[in-house]
Amino acid sequence: MTVRVLKPGLFTTVQDRGRFGYAHLGISAAGAADALSLRIANLLVGNDENAPVLEMTLLGATLEFRQRAIIAISGAACECQAGLDPALANTAVEVRAGTVLQCGSMVDGARSYLAVQGGFDVPCIMGSASTDIRGRFGGFEGRRLQSGDVLRIGEGGGLQVRRLRAGALELMGLAGPIRVTKGAQQDWFSPVTYAQLLASKYVVSEHSDRAGLRLKGEPVSPREESQLLTDGIPLGAIQVPPDGQPIILFVDQQTTGGYPKIANVIAADMHRVGQLRPRDEVRFIEVSIAAAVEALREQERWLKTILVA
Amino acid sequence: MSIEDADHGGEPGVKIVAASDSSLLVVFGNVMSPGLQSCVLGLFHALQARQDGRICNLHPGYASLLIDFDPLAATHDEIAQVVEQLASAEGSSAASNTGVVIIPVCYDAEFGPDLADVAAHCQLSVEEVVRLHSSANYCVCFLGFTAGFAYLGGLPGALQAPRLASPRRLVASGSVGIAGSQTGIYPTDTPGGWRLIGRTPLRMFDPKAQPPTRLQAGDQVRISAIDREMFEQLGRERA
Repeated sequence: MTVRVLKPGLFTTVQDRGRFGYAHLGISAAGAADALSLRIANLLVGNDENAPVLEMTLLGATLEFRQRAIIAISGAACECQAGLDPALANTAVEVRAGTVLQCGSMVDGARSYLAVQGGFDVPCIMGSASTDIRGRFGGFEGRRLQSGDVLRIGEGGGLQVRRLRAGALELMGLAGPIRVTKGAQQDWFSPVTYAQLLASKYVVSEHSDRAGLRLKGEPVSPREESQLLTDGIPLGAIQVPPDGQPIILFVDQQTTGGYPKIANVIAADMHRVGQLRPRDEVRFIEVSIAAAVEALREQERWLKTILVA
Repeated sequence: MSIEDADHGGEPGVKIVAASDSSLLVVFGNVMSPGLQSCVLGLFHALQARQDGRICNLHPGYASLLIDFDPLAATHDEIAQVVEQLASAEGSSAASNTGVVIIPVCYDAEFGPDLADVAAHCQLSVEEVVRLHSSANYCVCFLGFTAGFAYLGGLPGALQAPRLASPRRLVASGSVGIAGSQTGIYPTDTPGGWRLIGRTPLRMFDPKAQPPTRLQAGDQVRISAIDREMFEQLGRERA
């Protein structure tokens, strides 16, 4: 079974939940920018949560299905045109052989996830199917998709499609300030500066990608020009280069860096960072580590309730 | 919740900080030194040897180790306890790499577009820069920045030169660069701001190889200066 890429969209890659255990070799986890939507799309078609999917960015791909397939799209809603039911989002649907699925612009987020029953069949490298763009490996030939690419679909026989409970995604928690905990070098910043980060509104710059989201707004500079020795960077760290404009380091981030980190996005809100678009406004609110971990537990409990039994 | 902002050290001066809800940063100090580096690598190797399923990733730095873990499987306190146990076990499991890796480097002007600038900055001749750079003993402090990029300690003090004011859009894989007191080899084609003085024909990163990187943290490295002809020959052998 194969799918042919007629148009690749703006930036489409194969991703799963990421590649772990290789940060000490300089290899970042990569993986879906919105891992929650990746998991939901996979659950709908009956896949393992971690099966390889297509992550599409701002403008979706146009794909020709050579054979019958079962697909689901989660994450940002895109203006899909395929002669299909308009309720394509978050629903497993069958596409017939020869169907051309045109995923248009995304209307309410930055990334859509297309899962296909059986998963996209790409080599597993260092334990993951995710595309490592800078290292040029993983995913489909280590790169974003191009017109003419032909992707194979894995064996999906016997998998059972699932349905979402009505209104289940309304509790996904996409609104409100993004929750952060204190960063590893938070004490390098004065209390006034740190309060500024939490009180200000930032705008996501156009120069943002999966490696980092550059924010524009109130500068937050450390107390003094102190030099940080290069150290490890956790996912979602908010680092501050000398110009004081914060950067949220994201799934394709470098594994180490030399700028102080003022705060860190909590794991339960990471999927929201993956849905930020250029020019979106962002605010931050601080929570305790305990509250952050509880939010993650709650999210996992919620994920288990969204499917109709 | 004793970890946030708190000193937690089994050893004097060791700080364990919650860097995020899913990670712990073990800080041994804030200077580059072989002593601190061996503390970092000792803990790194000891944690790796444990194969603790709760730990997802380890990021060694010059004087710190970041530990990413699954917060649904372990608390910060539990991971901190593991760190303290290992620190008090007197580095017995510091399975340090003692291998010496020889990296051939060609210092041809085409491969080292900043060689003349580095020489001028350091008030040395180009030949002197090449001689010093290729006769030092280096140690891989850690890998970071990008897949397979090794930060080498041991650059002769006379060769220190600042980064470029604005990074190059494309640095060819194998390029050897200098930034401050650091030297390193770009494993893939990437943008980069280090001053380039030469290039190795060896492949430094191969995702399908095991291990995928030619250099590992803790390795000893020597550079052997080669001429253009040898560079081409080794390049052909690689292909």
